[in-house]
Amino acid sequence: MELHTMTAGELASMLEKGEISSVDAVKSCLDHIAARDQAVGAFLTVLAEQALQAAEQSDTRRREGRALSLWDGVPIAIKDNLALQGVRNTCGSKMLEHYIAPYDAHVVTKLKQAGMPILGKTNMDEFAMGSSTEFSALQVTRNPWDVERVPGGSSGGSAACVAAGEAPWALGSDTGGSVREPASFCGLVGIKPTYGRVSRYGLVAFASSLDQVGTFSRTVSDGAALLSAIAGSDAKDSTSIPDAGPDYASAVRRGVQGLRVGVLDGWEQDTVLPSVAASMQEATAALKRAGAEVTTVSLNLLDKAIETYYLIAMAEASSNLARYDGVRYGLRVDGTDAADMFRRTRSEGFGQEVKRRILLGTYVLSAGYYDAYYKKAQQVRTLIRSQFAQMFNDVDVLLTPTTAATAFRFGEKQDPLQMYQTDYYTVPANLAGLPAMSLPFGRCEAGLPIGLQLTAGALQEPVMLQAAGVLEQVEQDRRGSYGAV
Amino acid sequence: MAQYEVVIGLEIHAELLTKTKIFCACTTAFGGHANSHCCPVCLGLPGALPVLNEKAVEYGIKAGLALDCRIPERCKFDRKNYFYPDLPKAYQISQYDEPLCLGGSVTCETETGLQTIGVTRVHLEEEAGKSVHSGDNILGSEYSSMDYNRAGIPLIEIVTEPDLRSPQDAKAFLEHLKRVLQYIEVSDCKMEEGSLRCDANVSLRPLGVQELGTKVEIKNLNSFRSVERALQHEVTRQSQLYEAKQQVEQETRAWDEARGVTVSMRSKEESHDYRYFPEPDIPPVHINSLWVEDLRSGLPELPLSRKERLQRQYGLTTYEAEFLVSQRSWSDFFEAVVQEFDQEKMVVNWLMGDVSRVLNAREETLPQSQLDVSGLVELLRLIDTGTISGSQAKAVLEAVCATGQPPADVVQTLGMQQISDEDQLAAMVDAVIAQYPGEAQRCREGDAKLIGFFVGQIMKGSQGKANPKMVNELLRKKLKL
Repeated sequence: MELHTMTAGELASMLEKGEISSVDAVKSCLDHIAARDQAVGAFLTVLAEQALQAAEQSDTRRREGRALSLWDGVPIAIKDNLALQGVRNTCGSKMLEHYIAPYDAHVVTKLKQAGMPILGKTNMDEFAMGSSTEFSALQVTRNPWDVERVPGGSSGGSAACVAAGEAPWALGSDTGGSVREPASFCGLVGIKPTYGRVSRYGLVAFASSLDQVGTFSRTVSDGAALLSAIAGSDAKDSTSIPDAGPDYASAVRRGVQGLRVGVLDGWEQDTVLPSVAASMQEATAALKRAGAEVTTVSLNLLDKAIETYYLIAMAEASSNLARYDGVRYGLRVDGTDAADMFRRTRSEGFGQEVKRRILLGTYVLSAGYYDAYYKKAQQVRTLIRSQFAQMFNDVDVLLTPTTAATAFRFGEKQDPLQMYQTDYYTVPANLAGLPAMSLPFGRCEAGLPIGLQLTAGALQEPVMLQAAGVLEQVEQDRRGSYGAV
Repeated sequence: MAQYEVVIGLEIHAELLTKTKIFCACTTAFGGHANSHCCPVCLGLPGALPVLNEKAVEYGIKAGLALDCRIPERCKFDRKNYFYPDLPKAYQISQYDEPLCLGGSVTCETETGLQTIGVTRVHLEEEAGKSVHSGDNILGSEYSSMDYNRAGIPLIEIVTEPDLRSPQDAKAFLEHLKRVLQYIEVSDCKMEEGSLRCDANVSLRPLGVQELGTKVEIKNLNSFRSVERALQHEVTRQSQLYEAKQQVEQETRAWDEARGVTVSMRSKEESHDYRYFPEPDIPPVHINSLWVEDLRSGLPELPLSRKERLQRQYGLTTYEAEFLVSQRSWSDFFEAVVQEFDQEKMVVNWLMGDVSRVLNAREETLPQSQLDVSGLVELLRLIDTGTISGSQAKAVLEAVCATGQPPADVVQTLGMQQISDEDQLAAMVDAVIAQYPGEAQRCREGDAKLIGFFVGQIMKGSQGKANPKMVNELLRKKLKL
């Protein structure tokens, strides 16, 4: 078995036993990146030298019996909207193509503290705005399952590198599904934690009230472990939740006996692929067999979630992205005066989708429109939040598809609204600040992975992981593989 | 002119004296190399997040309490969006519809008597950076450099009701406000360094009319004098428009100090749409009412009531009391000195006279000076006991301020003790009478004015050390006057 296809858990246990070194693991990933990433295009920056150096230091620590964590020496990849000191931080944009981050994001500090060598930084839709990574201004990333198809987005690079065996796990960010949708398209486990569970310090903001760092892994246990490694309070993020967070890994094998699982009333009428519907049926049956109670629940505001989400996300984005003006860092296109420089810099530096969202966001915050759009959206958001809270009185976890269909072809979704619709199942968790995850369950006729989504109440990640552990067991029993292709 | 009433409201920005910035741990120290007091947060680097400085909230609440405001249990922050090179995030974190303090008032003295001015609100926000333009001014400047040391220093914005009725009142109010903020030690209010800034809204309306006229906002008021001058100019300009039956445009005008006129900056149509929305990076702030009460009870006595009390308690004149409360350090000093030396008039005379003069000459403030309370008490006692003369005391004061030595030590070093030994003085008196027998004779015959001549000779002979009072008495005795 080749090292690069192993899970993080397997690598950790081999490192622990001294069967392999961190240098072996990192080299295996780097070799595989060299061999395969030309075709996949997951990485924007590969940090071969730094990763090997970190691996050597990790091996020394292991030899001296002072490993920093269970994961000391297990390599990882991170999305290019997470600040890593001394390394460029492009966010998939021309605006920041040559911008070097002068500090570490909180999650990067956590990875370093756990001793994980960072392999590189992965491609993404520009400023995390997109669902296919087609909106990266810098590179095309392909789905390792079928290179004619998109890997999903916006964390498409992180998903693709884990699916392609270029890294055992990776970090992404999820504002409206940007971890879960690519995880679904690439056959991976993708976790978006409760809002505030993981510090956003050093995550380049898209929509601050929705953004959350998330994980990609080939197994639920790996996802739970990575979440434990990055979760916890951070004084630098005022929205971070003030406690360390539990040990998530122990929840994975707890089973679902007596767990109340909700499925949406009438979901069968949703326009989902027949194979996705079949996966839903199988998953429901499997959870029942494992002792869960399955009941139908209703969330009638779900149909308003997409509009609500895009209004809020675009409004916040228009403000968050205003700082890219050419004055202090990033691209600058000279002009006749300061205002002209702003105009030229922003016209050249941003891609079409980013401009669309900035314009719409600016519009909905404008005097005379604020009440009709932004304020109304916030009111609906509050209602969605309370509908979820109500629903979680009756059930412990909600099971839905992650996406209505499997990975689509490049250029297939030209209409922005069609692209936005991809996020139908994923945005509600962001609006409500709830934890949600996607895990692979079944394949479509084209042989592509199908993702199912579990959503839990605030800070109820362990419950979500319990259900995921059971479904993963079913999937592994029938397929015997982990996600790498 | 007489048929119009002037209506003025002010918006005042004051930098708070916290040690660190409002959303990061960078120092707020004035000066320093350009961009040396900066970090990812105050530079608005991608991914950085603000964390509210509790001290800034505390100082804001103190300011609100001193202005008699209500402190709501909850306030929140909002983003004010606009592009400008000195604004690192292209939005200023400010407070829009739920400010820190609401609905206060300030009573101050003006030329027309005591006036109470309503305070609409006090809110917290962050300071922007500073543009440094090449060349003489922004027009024709080839390039500009940015210094973000100031970016993120906490500010309070104080908005008054349109209660002021003349440019003179506006200036008096602003001076009073400055004094209050300095008293409670939340701002140093240096208009020349920009730590206190003021914009004014001014309109006219026919006397007796309730409805407000069209207002004009005036910016770029960089001194107390320019506040009064600019408003005076604007009042004249607007009244001339009304006289000529022309419209006053709602607009923002800038004060041109050199030319003494206000000039149009932007019309209502060109005014910014700041697209305020709640700051998602900072959760709403809950203010503990016990904390507020703690801060309230910790507030010092404010200038106006202190002035009244000083007059009442120590029998000071209005002028003296006004001098003492003009700066809190002077009144604190005064009250500390009179605790130990109870001749209030003498204390206030020394403070207003020689102490002020010496400090001015040294370009020092009282807190900066080496003169402390015990130093002045000691000096005054030396005078009071006749150990040194008043004119010697001035020299001692200068030495104390220059060296920080206690007055008694200075007196010792300068060999300044007065000669008050009766035998020694009697010998001096005898010697000088013997030296000028003719004058002594005339004196004995009743020419009392000659006493002064003898005193002068003795003072000269003793290099000013002879106790003049005792010399005088001895002379009178010996010359049988």
